[in-house]
Amino acid sequence: MNWELFWNLFFSGLTRGSIYALLALGYTMVYGIIQLINFAHGEVYMIGAFSALIMVGLFTYLNFPVAAIIVIAVAVAVVWSSMYGYALDKIAYKPIRNAPRLSALISAIGMSLFLQNYVRLAQTSEFLPFPRILPTFGFLDRISGLSSSQLIIFITTAVVMVILTILIKFTRIGKSMRATAQDRTMAMLTGVNVDRVISLTFVIGSATAAIGGVLISSHIGQINFYIGFLAGIKAFVAAVLGGIGSIPGAVLGSFVLGMTESYGAGYISSDYEDVFAFVFLVLILVFRPSGLLGKTATQKV
Amino acid sequence: MRVSRVVMVLVCLIASIGMVFAGGQRQADTIKIGVAGVHSGDLAPFGLPTVNAARMVADQVNSAGGLLGRQIELVVEDDQCAPDVATNTAAKLLSDGVVAVIGHICSGATSTALAIYEPERLVSISPSSTNPALTDFPNFFRTIAPDDAQAALQVAFAVNELGAQRVALLHDREDYGRGLAEFARDYLQEAGVPVVLFEGITAGAVDYSAIINRVAAENADLVIFGGYHPEASKLVDQMRSRGLNTAFMSGDGIFNDTFIDVAGAAAEGVYSTSPKDTGDNPIALAAIQAHVARFGEEPGAFFMNAYAAAQALFNAIEKAGSTDYDAIIAALRSEAIDTPLGRLTFDEAGNATGVGFSVYQVQGGRFVQVSD
Repeated sequence: MNWELFWNLFFSGLTRGSIYALLALGYTMVYGIIQLINFAHGEVYMIGAFSALIMVGLFTYLNFPVAAIIVIAVAVAVVWSSMYGYALDKIAYKPIRNAPRLSALISAIGMSLFLQNYVRLAQTSEFLPFPRILPTFGFLDRISGLSSSQLIIFITTAVVMVILTILIKFTRIGKSMRATAQDRTMAMLTGVNVDRVISLTFVIGSATAAIGGVLISSHIGQINFYIGFLAGIKAFVAAVLGGIGSIPGAVLGSFVLGMTESYGAGYISSDYEDVFAFVFLVLILVFRPSGLLGKTATQKV
Repeated sequence: MRVSRVVMVLVCLIASIGMVFAGGQRQADTIKIGVAGVHSGDLAPFGLPTVNAARMVADQVNSAGGLLGRQIELVVEDDQCAPDVATNTAAKLLSDGVVAVIGHICSGATSTALAIYEPERLVSISPSSTNPALTDFPNFFRTIAPDDAQAALQVAFAVNELGAQRVALLHDREDYGRGLAEFARDYLQEAGVPVVLFEGITAGAVDYSAIINRVAAENADLVIFGGYHPEASKLVDQMRSRGLNTAFMSGDGIFNDTFIDVAGAAAEGVYSTSPKDTGDNPIALAAIQAHVARFGEEPGAFFMNAYAAAQALFNAIEKAGSTDYDAIIAALRSEAIDTPLGRLTFDEAGNATGVGFSVYQVQGGRFVQVSD
């Protein structure tokens, strides 16, 4: 057995998993709170990448040091994307909060198309080079198959997941979120400002997407208006695989999906990469309909 | 009302009788050449430049005394790029008594029309039909390289210049990319070079490290990619940042500035095949100038190929000394002529020799020609 290939594919799977996880977190959080599949989440990620690109261009021109540029780019991308996430909720989802869930879903798809085309018209439909702002670590030269940007993406995903878990498990706002997720009406009756909680969920989800946007774009080296679509679909699949609504589930699902794709492409054929991913999804959902870590929702009639 | 209709009919009749006489009279002293292709609809920009090119070359020949002492008369017909319409177009040209056809444009329409021309012994010379299978028709000639020529050149360059021993073929699963990779696989097998990997990748995916690891594990010394620049730049970039310096080659799908901009430093050393540059050919420059002077704009798609096709056809008829089918074909194959695409003749299959692709390499942030 070729162990080098095995480990290289393992690292590929880890990278893909981390990329999917940064996006899947946003899907799963929003779903957990308001049972809405926010299809525009991939576009928020794309907008994060575009705002970071503009910032990097601007501050490189102004001769800022690289470290400062990274911090500014990430900060601006996070703030800008969060504003989009907040506005998205207020404009497209809040007015139809009490309408059937299908209406909100259609609204989400509409926002996704709107944002894609808005960026295409306002910016460009061409692929743009995204500068390599991530630092390169010399010590990785000895480990084949793992680049610094892969390592950074992996560590960031782990850190973001830990922070989110702490936020939800141990803080006051986390408690309100859990309460809203369990029973919105009851949470409202006990004095939780449900609208604020929902807005905050969108803001946090968009912020993680923006961080993902900057890191992933820097890893890939190019962006255009359409990057959010495929990445968003895969991340959504990962969230469902892990049990949508569950934060550790989204991360686990992302790694399972990433590993499946990587080993499938590496050992069998990359022609059927997507097929493996979806066959695996179907198999898991047959045996665990609510996903790997999802809670079984028992409907009491 | 009634009177005016009768008058109309009469006028039409007289006019058509006039046309018949005019046609009959002119048939004696002109050589009719068909110009067929798509002249209307979405694809018209691919067909109309050929009409301009044929007119320009025909006028030149006519003002210099014509062909075999007779004037050239062009019969322009639209096939709308549709095979079923092309059947009618071809029949119309035959009944008009043309001696040869410049066209058609789209490979599908060309194929249908050729089947009609072949039993009638009519030569057809296309400026743009690239489908490899068209050369099955003995009456078919073209002034553009077929689709498989690009793969043939890639493999020849890989084997002779780069000394490739183990080649990995990747493609984006689309018609163009997959077709290119499949032709390359066939040529590599002919050359006896092992293809260690033949895989499709997902266009638009975020990460290609799994397939890159396969390339590394197979110890490939060259990657040939069939597809477009967004995937090519991601592939080559992720290969280089992983420390894999395997040579990378692709086709005209990556031959643009965006590829170099996006891939940046990773683009350096990448090979790409692309149609030969005719920018410094004096005939091409003169043709562009004449086109601007006559039509007020730069020529469009396949103009140079059509210009060469018209030149080659008229030259062959002149050298053959007749409009006989066999004589024209023999002359097309033997009589070389200087065209905007360079000096060319045609091989047994009907492809123009000397028309084709060159290998370019990214050096210092731009494509530099590295083969002739």
